[in-house]
Amino acid sequence: MEKERLSREAIAMRIAKEFFDGAVVNLGIGIPTLCSSFVPEGIEVTYHTENGMLGFGPVVTDEDKAKWADIDLTNAGGQYVYPKPGMCFFNHADSFGIIRGGRVDISVLGVLEVNEKGDLANWMFPGRGVGNIGGGMDLAFCAKRIIGATEHTTKDNKPKIVKQCSIPLTAPHCMDMIVTDIAVIKFTAKGPVLKEVAPGWTAAEVQELTEAKLIIAEDLKEIELL
Amino acid sequence: MAINKVYDSFKKAVADVKDGSVVFIGNFAGPGGTPFFLIRALREQGAKNLTLVANTAGGIGLTLDYDDHRILFQNHQVKKVIASFPFSTSAKRPSEAEKQILAGEVELELVPQGTLAERIRAGGAGIAAFFTPTGPGTVIEEGKERRYFNGRAHIMEYGLRADVALVRAWKADTMGNLVFRGTQRQFNPIMAMGADLTIAEVDEVVKPGEINPNCVVVPSIFVKRVVKITEKTDFPRHLETDFQVKEEV
Repeated sequence: MEKERLSREAIAMRIAKEFFDGAVVNLGIGIPTLCSSFVPEGIEVTYHTENGMLGFGPVVTDEDKAKWADIDLTNAGGQYVYPKPGMCFFNHADSFGIIRGGRVDISVLGVLEVNEKGDLANWMFPGRGVGNIGGGMDLAFCAKRIIGATEHTTKDNKPKIVKQCSIPLTAPHCMDMIVTDIAVIKFTAKGPVLKEVAPGWTAAEVQELTEAKLIIAEDLKEIELL
Repeated sequence: MAINKVYDSFKKAVADVKDGSVVFIGNFAGPGGTPFFLIRALREQGAKNLTLVANTAGGIGLTLDYDDHRILFQNHQVKKVIASFPFSTSAKRPSEAEKQILAGEVELELVPQGTLAERIRAGGAGIAAFFTPTGPGTVIEEGKERRYFNGRAHIMEYGLRADVALVRAWKADTMGNLVFRGTQRQFNPIMAMGADLTIAEVDEVVKPGEINPNCVVVPSIFVKRVVKITEKTDFPRHLETDFQVKEEV
């Protein structure tokens, strides 16, 4: 029987534990966007979005759309967000000045492939030969810390954490950590270190679904979401 | 005579756009900040062999479906597009631009978004080229000069200018000073700076002095023509209960 994996929400929840009070955070499209729903109590982060906005509120709920949906108040995924006192707007060059200038503390990005050196490939659509670089490359090169959010394997159960990336890179040596539906892996100079496993999973089982050779942390533990 | 840059129709405002022009189009992931009426007018005007510079290549609204600059591709007016996000996220629903790019009819220059923004800003600011830390060791570096600053690899990118910029703003005065509403701003101000002929479509046109000079985002000098939107669109906006920008004017 297939072992149970973490939900997309649980991946987001584990990543949100990495947020610290006062952090400037940029969330990519997909699982990363979900992180904003799980910021631990007592911690306030400032969200940055590529289209020129800092300090905005969460994504507008479906029931609030009639009142709050506004095409002039959207995040990088085109989703409506709530306004928040103290938020501000700026042009695209300033927005990427914030990114390249090293003022984004944490960038949470989707992942297609990551290799053992922490190179990230996430912009070319698998099997299509084309892709969108968008703002991800600037973030991957220039944000202070990159956290990957992804299922551990592809839809046809191939490893996403590989020895060599088979698709064009977004940025070399950029990954700090990756949170998947079965593991938390930290990228170090020695290689990828398996720090945490999903409940019920062993290090050997995670390694089986990982092409890159994992270093097992001495203090390996189960993923805790709260 | 007082300066008055207001045109009474979108058609007149784009009448002299020439074949082969480089055109900036304000655009991001949703409809906010896209100059829909100028784009439509440019389709009717029919200028061909255009090079479009925009964040997307149109037709990939992530949350809504709408006609943006994809209509210029549908009308076969584009020979090249410079963009960061040109492809539909769904393989099943390819954009018009995507079909033409893959068929070799339209040339694509794929640029990281921050590099695109800075190239436009640099072009407008009279900077010929610059070195950015984004891209070394990726396909983006191909054919570009690499230099190290403080031990970190950078690649050279060129400033980008346009013949025409189609931009969207919230309010203009008759002299062409512009203010924006929320995330509508995005690429619009830097595109306004970087084109010889900048045309703005706006919700409201006011008299000089009615925009607080402290709050002007695009100085009038960058704007040649202003057209007020009179037709209503059905995109959700709440101009009456505005968020934090109400005090701006």
